[in-house]
Amino acid sequence: MVLAFYPADWSPVCTDQMSLYAMVMTEFKKFNAEVLGLSVDGIWCHLAFAKDRKLNFPLLSDFEPKGDISRKYGAYKANIGESARALFVIDANGIVRWSQLSPDGVNPGADGILAALEQLNKPKT
Amino acid sequence: MATTTATTRRRRATKTPLEPTSREIETYDRPKLVVPVDPNRDHFQGPVKAPLTLVEYGDYQCPFCGAAYPEVKLVQKALGPKLRFVFRNFPLTNVHEHAMLAAETAEAAGAQGKFWEMHDFLYEHQETIGDHTVAQGYAVMLGLDIDRFESEIRQHVHVKRIKEDFMGGVRSGVNGTPTFYVNGLRHDGPAEAKAIIKSLTTKS
Repeated sequence: MVLAFYPADWSPVCTDQMSLYAMVMTEFKKFNAEVLGLSVDGIWCHLAFAKDRKLNFPLLSDFEPKGDISRKYGAYKANIGESARALFVIDANGIVRWSQLSPDGVNPGADGILAALEQLNKPKT
Repeated sequence: MATTTATTRRRRATKTPLEPTSREIETYDRPKLVVPVDPNRDHFQGPVKAPLTLVEYGDYQCPFCGAAYPEVKLVQKALGPKLRFVFRNFPLTNVHEHAMLAAETAEAAGAQGKFWEMHDFLYEHQETIGDHTVAQGYAVMLGLDIDRFESEIRQHVHVKRIKEDFMGGVRSGVNGTPTFYVNGLRHDGPAEAKAIIKSLTTKS
């Protein structure tokens, strides 16, 4: 499973992080991976955003208690009240196999996730 | 006598490993272009052995790419023969319904040696992108074999290449459009001439 924390819906670029993941979904599926996006936006906001960007994976709302899940993953910016851009690749046993925290304002893309999934799916020898 | 070494930089126990510090930039490895420039495959302008290389992953319908288009021209003008500029396709088909057709249009012109002419035309007439007859008219003006041009688009001859560009971009950390690579490293600054030139000419 890929868990992607991000600061907010509606970032003003053509392809924000979540739209990119929607386009790369076929690649994620090759590794049997599910993608979940997560921010502090409310459910109605997520629904409108997902519809507008044609997202094909669920968005989770860390709205109440605000930032609770993000905090548990160490991916919360209390000073601005938003999740950080943090990525987690979690295996079938619930173990975090890879994680990355992006610098402010940097959208990480999908390369790190795909590399981590590849590593995870390597046949054991 | 020292019995232990290098344990002085312990993290505070209350912090989880990812706790934001706003200093991530210091340790962040900028993604690298994993598909090297191939002069036999890539569309490029400038000397093949130029010391500096700028690669753009772009979408013909993306307004930010449209805005970056004159900036790239400024970069090329400023750096002249020191720069090789490469364009690769990254059509965001889930948000831009005409992006794939436009990419195919440029590639079909490219198959007849007029990639850059069509590339420039598409960005300079971005508002007409929903009307393929406009680009078609330009293809006629360029003197292309229009039957071949149209048949290649209709049969999606160039889609495979466009998708290869796209996936190569994904694996290189393209995170939106336009995404630039300066000498093989992702440029995370603004898509403006000044910032790109600085990025290209600063030794990292």
